[in-house]
Amino acid sequence: MLRYIATKLGLLIPTFFGVTILTFSMVRLIPGDPVELMAGERGISPERHAKLLAELGLDKPLLVQYAHYIGDVLTGDLGKSFVTKKPILTEFLTLFPATIELAVCAILFALILGVPAGIIAAVRRGRVPDYAVMGVSLTGYSMPIFWWGLLLILLFSVNLGWTPVSGRISLFFFFEPVTGFMLIDSLLSGQEGAFRSALHHLVLPTIVLGTIPLAVIARMTRSAMLEVLSEDYIRTARAKGLRPWRVVAVHALRNAMIPVITVIGLQVGVLLGGAILTETIFSWPGVGKWLIESVRRRDYAALQGGILLVATMIVLVNLFVDLLYALFNPRIRHARH
Amino acid sequence: MTDIATGPEMPSPDQPIGRPVHPAIEVWYHFRQNWGAVAGLFVVVFIFLIAIFADVVAPHSPIEQYRDAFLTPPFWAEGGTTKFLLGTDAVGRDMLSRLIYGARFSLFIGFLVVVLSLGGGIVLGLVAGFFPGIVGDLILRLMDIMLAVPSLLLAIVIVAILGPSLTNAVMAVAIVYLPHFTRVCRAAVLTELTKEYVTASRVAGARLMRLMFKTVLPNCMAPLIVLATLNVSSAILDAAALGFLGLGAQPPTPEWGSMLADAQQFVKRAWWVVTFPGLAVLITVLAFNLAGDGLRDALDPRLKQ
Repeated sequence: MLRYIATKLGLLIPTFFGVTILTFSMVRLIPGDPVELMAGERGISPERHAKLLAELGLDKPLLVQYAHYIGDVLTGDLGKSFVTKKPILTEFLTLFPATIELAVCAILFALILGVPAGIIAAVRRGRVPDYAVMGVSLTGYSMPIFWWGLLLILLFSVNLGWTPVSGRISLFFFFEPVTGFMLIDSLLSGQEGAFRSALHHLVLPTIVLGTIPLAVIARMTRSAMLEVLSEDYIRTARAKGLRPWRVVAVHALRNAMIPVITVIGLQVGVLLGGAILTETIFSWPGVGKWLIESVRRRDYAALQGGILLVATMIVLVNLFVDLLYALFNPRIRHARH
Repeated sequence: MTDIATGPEMPSPDQPIGRPVHPAIEVWYHFRQNWGAVAGLFVVVFIFLIAIFADVVAPHSPIEQYRDAFLTPPFWAEGGTTKFLLGTDAVGRDMLSRLIYGARFSLFIGFLVVVLSLGGGIVLGLVAGFFPGIVGDLILRLMDIMLAVPSLLLAIVIVAILGPSLTNAVMAVAIVYLPHFTRVCRAAVLTELTKEYVTASRVAGARLMRLMFKTVLPNCMAPLIVLATLNVSSAILDAAALGFLGLGAQPPTPEWGSMLADAQQFVKRAWWVVTFPGLAVLITVLAFNLAGDGLRDALDPRLKQ
């Protein structure tokens, strides 16, 4: 196991440096240099331009610049936003809990509905429930989620008035963030109705962001269950006279969940991509909306830092899933790499 | 061979018995057993025809503004007229005509993206498969890095570098899909390279280019074709998402994603400008996914569950 972890960690290093090269070259590929970008529309005098370039170390050879960049990144300095002049790491960390909260709720929503739906489809294979689950999940998989969000707003917020249109909590409530997670903070604040308001704000974004993972998890659970249900030990369990639901829920499900766990790991990237759209539609103050705003404001420093952080996180999550998977399935960690 | 002989596509009497059925016919035989896939194919063909004959089918021009008809509802709703069957948008353009012309953009985007990333992926995958040393590793590492960034975010970054336009959105999505094609192609190449016909071809003195493109590549195409079909739908979705974020097609282009971006502010007043473009995206993507799934099962019946 230790050797497996070491190999996986070893592979992480070149990937991380690759991502830094990507973010480093990104800003340099954009037409115009960073100083011009910072100056924006106003323009800048040639002397001041040269001075700023030297100050930022941008007059040095690319390799030296990259070495500086890596040094900064490794010490946690991701630079300052062109627009707000605040450190990018601080901005990111302030907004990140909002995205995590939304993503965790979305994946829970997808699991709670997707796993049972997949089980039902597998058990009732080739009958109405199976076709219904597969049809719905294919539709969910094909859903343009930015439209799905607008549609839900149209139905539940505009026509029925059940849920708010945007934000994380009603403007009537105000409290200092403690954890950054609105559901927890609203409970801690002790204000009546705050938790309810936070929950109301969370419902639609959760559904929108969870739709594609839900479709994927339902499909994956179904095919994993079908495979497991045809195994000999399931027949043995049935032959022993166990109740059908026990065979499915205890004996089959445990093994069928292994591929599903992997799929959940792969959904992290999908979730963060989806968060960009979901947060934009619902004005959810998270990392996704911030990244899009950075593109619109041409705040390339923020974009650069944000992408590095997001990519690093995805790489780490994938590593974690790999290790978890190896822990559950000894065949993997003993295979030759 | 036996399973072919039992199928309804048996060789006709005038064919000599024992002659194998053409692979395409075999694929079609498996494909048409899946009614969902056939339905998907029908819808795809229908959208294709609409896109080709947009000039004939569309009742109005997609960019002409009727200044006396802003936000007219669809004909069945109160205040609607049959002049504008699906109503008009905020500047008085006919929704139906814009949707019809939008089909052109979406199909064009979907296919161009897939052709570009298929071509790039084939070249990179062949090189990575034939030179498994430093070159192959380098290509694979690069692809891994691209996979570490969420595809939509990577596309956004590329558009941010290139500037927002429809062409750049296509380029961005094509680059984002490159890793999938490269990896699938490389895996197929590695499997094929161990087979004897490749060795035979080498011994016969085939040059590298011939080995790559004439000997090995045709045998790697099945998984690539499946991936390509399934990616048409993702490409349409991603390009629409870029359009929605204002980074793809620019106004007044009647692209479905950017139509939704314009419509977002009218969600409270005019449901039709929000509903129809997204519905068009959903139907198109769903049809491609149904047909793609069917094709995958037909090309590789072992995968069928």
